[in-house]
Amino acid sequence: MARLLPRLGLHAVAIAVGAVLMLPFYWAAISSLKQMTEVRQIPLVWWPAILQWINYSDVWNVRFFPNWVWNSILLTAIATTGTVVSSSLAGYAFARFRFPGKNLLFTLTLATLMLPAYVLLIPNFMLFWQFGWLNTYLPLTVPFWFGSAFFIFLFRQFFMTVPIELDEAARIDGASYPRIFWSIMLPLSGPVFATAAIIEGINQWNSFLRPLIILNRPETYPLSVGLRYFVVNPGDNLPKDHLLMAASIIMTLPVIVLFFVGQRSFVRGVVMSGIKG
Amino acid sequence: MATRVATASASARARVARQGGLQREQTFWAYLFLAPWIVGLTVFVAGPILFSLGLSFFSYTLGREATFVGLDNWIKAFTQDELFWPTVARTFVYTACVVPLSVFGALFTAMLLNQKLRGTTFFRTVFFMPHLAPTVAAIYIWLWLLNPQYGLVNELIWQIGLHLTGTGFKGPGWFGDPTWALPALMAVALWAAVGGNMMVIFLAGLQGIPQELYEAASIDGASARTRFWHVTLPMVSPTMFFNSVLACIAAFQTFETPFIGTKGGPAYATWLYGLHIYRTSFEFFEMGYGSTLAWILFVILSVFTFLQFRSARNWVFYAGEGR
Repeated sequence: MARLLPRLGLHAVAIAVGAVLMLPFYWAAISSLKQMTEVRQIPLVWWPAILQWINYSDVWNVRFFPNWVWNSILLTAIATTGTVVSSSLAGYAFARFRFPGKNLLFTLTLATLMLPAYVLLIPNFMLFWQFGWLNTYLPLTVPFWFGSAFFIFLFRQFFMTVPIELDEAARIDGASYPRIFWSIMLPLSGPVFATAAIIEGINQWNSFLRPLIILNRPETYPLSVGLRYFVVNPGDNLPKDHLLMAASIIMTLPVIVLFFVGQRSFVRGVVMSGIKG
Repeated sequence: MATRVATASASARARVARQGGLQREQTFWAYLFLAPWIVGLTVFVAGPILFSLGLSFFSYTLGREATFVGLDNWIKAFTQDELFWPTVARTFVYTACVVPLSVFGALFTAMLLNQKLRGTTFFRTVFFMPHLAPTVAAIYIWLWLLNPQYGLVNELIWQIGLHLTGTGFKGPGWFGDPTWALPALMAVALWAAVGGNMMVIFLAGLQGIPQELYEAASIDGASARTRFWHVTLPMVSPTMFFNSVLACIAAFQTFETPFIGTKGGPAYATWLYGLHIYRTSFEFFEMGYGSTLAWILFVILSVFTFLQFRSARNWVFYAGEGR
């Protein structure tokens, strides 16, 4: 009993912390299922009379909402694929090859990790302006096909843990370096690819500042920037909070699903390949 | 004998040639694999950095003529820009509140999960969820949660008052109130951080603490509090250092929450440094002065990080090196 009480106390604390952290989600979810008349009703409605699932299909009819969702998916897919492909290639080179200039290049790569994003924002914006790329998707996709320091480092760290004997055996069998990368490294590297794709995918999905400064036609916005239109440009004076909450939940759900689906495959990948990072 | 030497040197030559060939081949493939990154590093990172440093000495509005002004932009920031010092100070206040609270908050949730309670996996999932909410969605949710009239928080405050004293307490105006807007932004940041990556990193750090240390401390009669101060805290201090450095860098660059939530207002109460750079560069298109502001941020963060590394000697304990 003396040992049980403190355990119960800890449980109570954990439940309390969890409840506080879940409160915003509860309020968003429950608000997204209210009728327009319930949204701004006093006393507050804790549980709507009838859950209005129709709000989620109404959101779909707001301005360019379907475009925004599709744009977000498209941009996230292209940019994430680019980051993973280009960064894994560079990471492989740093992990496996000896070549002149390696240390300098690797040090430079790590040094750029320290840079605040703002320092690059202005010159990159001017570069895209010079190229005539403003108001296109090029600035939001093309640069990501040229690698990212953080992910290069991540891939390099992982590839370093793959036994080099595998490469050497393949070399003796006459495999070329691209072949080794494709047939030996890739199959063994599921976990790090999953990890990189999840992290970068979430980053891209959430990306706000870049599309904000690059795009100015509402129908081309990704969801992150488009959400503003529920507030900034309501059109009429009717409350739209329930729709805004539904849209916010729609934006949040894929991230949560992606993370938990990926987390499982991540763990399985680690177990199956027998490699511990 | 002579033949043997000849053969030996021939094979050595062949090996050198082979290694040279191998070296050449490796160099060729390395640069091919690295080609995208070398282009990216040059065109999108290194080039722009140098360009932006140069630009900070020019007066340049997008599309107009650039004029070299020497240190004028830097002097302008420190002496003429009325918003500069208040903005820096405000950003420091924001950072100074968010970082310690979120670091200790994350340590707290990590220690809670480390108690091996039943349902730990469930709690870990629940604690981590806010971190997964996109910042843009999170700020809208919080705007609604902290809505002075229709938000849940003020309703709870009202109800508490009703139960305690018989009359309801009126909650603050939160994002609309100059006093409460910045704390409201801090709350959003804390909500996302206390169960996020920092918690996961702390958890790994806590699990790395040898159990013997706790057992030895218990045998010596140390209370739970003493064990926390003299075992847990020193042992997680490297993790705490790592988390604090990253949290400072992130907090100082906060942009989305004040931009969407408050537009920097009311009365500049949430005008953080990121907003200042944004407005200068992308609303006024003063790219020269904007670059100067971005470089000042870089300098501030570098000094900050350097100071943290210096102070780390006094409070970070590495079990591996002894004292």
